[in-house]
Amino acid sequence: MTVQSLLFQAIDGLAAASGLFFVAAGLSLIFGVTRIVNIAHGSLYMLGTYVAATIALRFEGALGFWGGVILTAALIGLFGAVIEIVLLRRIYRAPELFQLLATFALVLIINDAALWIWGPEDLLGPRAPGLRGAIEVLGRRLPTYNVFLIVIGPLVLLILHLALAKTRFGRLVRAATQDREMVGALGVNQGLLFTSVFALGSLLAGLGGALQVAREPASLLTDLIVISDAFVVVVVGGMGSITGAYLAAVIIAEVKALCISIGTASIAGVAFNFSKLTLVAEFLVMAVVLIVRPHGLLGRRQTVMRSLAEPEEPLRPAPAALKAVGAGVVVALALTPLLARSQPYVLVLGIDVLLMVLFATSLHFIMGPGGMHSFGHAAYFGLGAYGAGLLVKWFAATMPFGLVAAPILALLGALLFGWFAVRLSGVYLAMLTLAFAQIVWSIATQWGELTGGSNGILGIWPSAPFDIRSAFFLLTAALTLLGVLLLRRLLFAPFGYAMRAGRDSQLRAEAIGIDVRRVHWIGFAIAGAVAGVAGGLFAFAKGSISPETIDVGRSIDALVMVLLGGIQTLTGPIVGASVFAVLQDTVMRQTEYWRALLGAIILALVLLFPAGIVGGLARLRLRLVRP
Amino acid sequence: MNTLEIANLSKSFGGVRAVDAVTFAVRPGEFLALIGPNGAGKSTCFNMINGQLAPDSGSIRFADREIAGLPSRMIWQLGVGRTFQVAATFVSMTVVENVQLALLSHAGEIFRGWRPVARRHRERALELLGEVGMREAAERASRELAYGDIKRLEFAIALASAPKLLLMDEPTAGMAPRERTDLITLVKRLVVERGISVLFTEHSMDVVFAFADRIIVLARGKLIADGDAKAVRENALVQQVYFGTGKSFERKRELLP
Ligand SMILES: Nc1ncnc2c1ncn2[C@@H]1O[C@H](COP(=O)(O)OP(=O)(O)OP(=O)(O)O)[C@@H](O)[C@H]1O
Ligand SMILES: [Mg+2]
Repeated sequence: MTVQSLLFQAIDGLAAASGLFFVAAGLSLIFGVTRIVNIAHGSLYMLGTYVAATIALRFEGALGFWGGVILTAALIGLFGAVIEIVLLRRIYRAPELFQLLATFALVLIINDAALWIWGPEDLLGPRAPGLRGAIEVLGRRLPTYNVFLIVIGPLVLLILHLALAKTRFGRLVRAATQDREMVGALGVNQGLLFTSVFALGSLLAGLGGALQVAREPASLLTDLIVISDAFVVVVVGGMGSITGAYLAAVIIAEVKALCISIGTASIAGVAFNFSKLTLVAEFLVMAVVLIVRPHGLLGRRQTVMRSLAEPEEPLRPAPAALKAVGAGVVVALALTPLLARSQPYVLVLGIDVLLMVLFATSLHFIMGPGGMHSFGHAAYFGLGAYGAGLLVKWFAATMPFGLVAAPILALLGALLFGWFAVRLSGVYLAMLTLAFAQIVWSIATQWGELTGGSNGILGIWPSAPFDIRSAFFLLTAALTLLGVLLLRRLLFAPFGYAMRAGRDSQLRAEAIGIDVRRVHWIGFAIAGAVAGVAGGLFAFAKGSISPETIDVGRSIDALVMVLLGGIQTLTGPIVGASVFAVLQDTVMRQTEYWRALLGAIILALVLLFPAGIVGGLARLRLRLVRP
Repeated sequence: MNTLEIANLSKSFGGVRAVDAVTFAVRPGEFLALIGPNGAGKSTCFNMINGQLAPDSGSIRFADREIAGLPSRMIWQLGVGRTFQVAATFVSMTVVENVQLALLSHAGEIFRGWRPVARRHRERALELLGEVGMREAAERASRELAYGDIKRLEFAIALASAPKLLLMDEPTAGMAPRERTDLITLVKRLVVERGISVLFTEHSMDVVFAFADRIIVLARGKLIADGDAKAVRENALVQQVYFGTGKSFERKRELLP
């Protein structure tokens, strides 16, 4: 590597920075005014790539391309306005967690819509008319289109900056970003302001996507990749700060460029391929920034938003009826292998359900009583699965060792990531946990020599006597029962109370000597270890493990399971996970468009049944008892 | 030796000097009122003493130890209890559980043991609730309580750790006059019995003049008077701060909440 090549990569990195900036600026703007983290922002970008490519292919030539870019931006802006009016308006006052989930449901629905319209194949657009050449920079060829991107990023930043500083609309946006209550007081039409901000943000995402068409094909995978990049940029730059977004986009693009240009270097005699670090690097930058400046480089401390969730009922010991049901479930589990003689599939489904129960209960432990809304719980499930799988693959270990390694690796990961996570709260915590899960996923995908890359690890089979399905089922049932009861017991012990105390009022908890961070950290680690057990069992149940099974989708599944059952009840995650796992197995397998179906379920939950199944039943009972 | 000694304590927010070189002391067993108009810096003083905020400069000595800048849970461990201007309790717990948790923490048992909270320190918690007149409400969810009862619960929580010094930020805010006097009478009786020193803020002059052993007055972050009820009432500076002109305190009484 020479200084020249380094410089060249740095210049080229600025082109990537512009693309990142468009998405992140829109995301940041929307968050600043509406306080909603729009996870579907990457989907808007993806739609931008598809729409622009379609238009450019249809109407060839300069007008088709450049006109298409502008038309696409306008269309996506319009689409954003529709989303805001139809969906988001209903959830501005909902708890943060529900807002995140609702926009995630949009991601699923939009992705399936794109699959339906454009099919699964990538769509390659034409190259930009007039900018197909290259210029010589530092002895290398830099595409003119990249030069164009390098210029347009700061240009849009300037335009946005002027618009925010000089116009009435801009003043309102800034006022709303700084103090939301004030906007209401100013007598402004808040609905119109929110809709137009959302439209503007969407337009920027559409523009970013449209401009990308000349460089990369439109692909269904773009949405999640782009949104996680954009999150990192917004969090690093500071939520609500446009200039911060550009700064962060540059930093991250440059760090990536640096990793690529270093390539393989040897550190202390060991060859290390830095270009593999690209995915992880941005999350490392984010982690560092969040620790040093928890509100981002140019962000301000956000005014704490009132949580609008209904307050929780005090924890009461299980009534006799619940204990009876619990005993019944245990007996039924013990007898299931008998039933399986005629219906062998029951065991397969049963194992799936049990593992999801254990996984969801562990997430609920930190999410409900701990108030930590982790969007990356799959990380610990994955660490458990890989902990077991790697031991089998590299040391030919038998299952008992694998099942011990699983929670240990997950625990270590949760201790490390949790240490950072408990320093934040709300959306920042959600984003950081998501980022950590992405790191785990990237390592599993990119460190092929160790993990088998995207093929994963095969041949992780249980050892005798558990190589018989029914025995494995019983083992799973026993461990799940143990895990669920352990977590439940902890919630009734001082530790669980301390965790809830920290959630209810950090101020009061600290004022009676509770070290809230430490309590939440330990809680996070315990939940991680339990999720690790579920992951380890999962690997042995399937006989294999691959990055696909530990991706962001699994984190979201866990969230949905917890909410489906009801976050404010202890039995909620158990019921939610069971229902969800069965649904997934029966309904979702029937259709290619299971994502959209899942999205619809999430939206129904958020809009219609915020208390979940168990919570809803409890309310119903209260209403019947006390008319 | 004084229970608490504060010297040259200062804190600014942006350009605002919320607390400006304040010096005073709390004597053992004293019932000391800190008064001043809205925004004078009273709560900020409290927040620095209990460790919620780190002071910009100055010293806070408690039990012969410099405590400025320590985290609030350590200051609590040393024996400083606190109630908040906007009462803070654990809303997802019952009344008695709130107190039990404080007792558990005081006993250093947060990380210890499997035994459910329900059966731990329960007798003592009920006893404390009885003392503040809340025994009947023990099993209710604390979020259902009326505001006055929340203040009582907070007081019980603060007593649970047997503090040497109690900081009470507007213990009677939002209460009817009658209820107000009842609560302060109760507070004073209980702290005198236990020998606890109290520093409290209060907007009701009736309460202050009737109960405080001594009064210190804060205005725009500066300490402007220190003395007994009579001295403070007659202090020209205090009268000026409260009324701008120099009329008597009696009118103000009706104006304040
Ligand atoms: N966290 C903060 N950030 C910025 N300014 C603050 C902060 N806390 C207090 N202030 C400011 O410091 C000054 C003193 O506030 P403080 O709450 O201490 O007053 P107070 O005497 O308790 O008033 P009140 O009687 O209304 O409770 C006020 O001007 C207030 O606006
Ligand atoms: Mg105050």
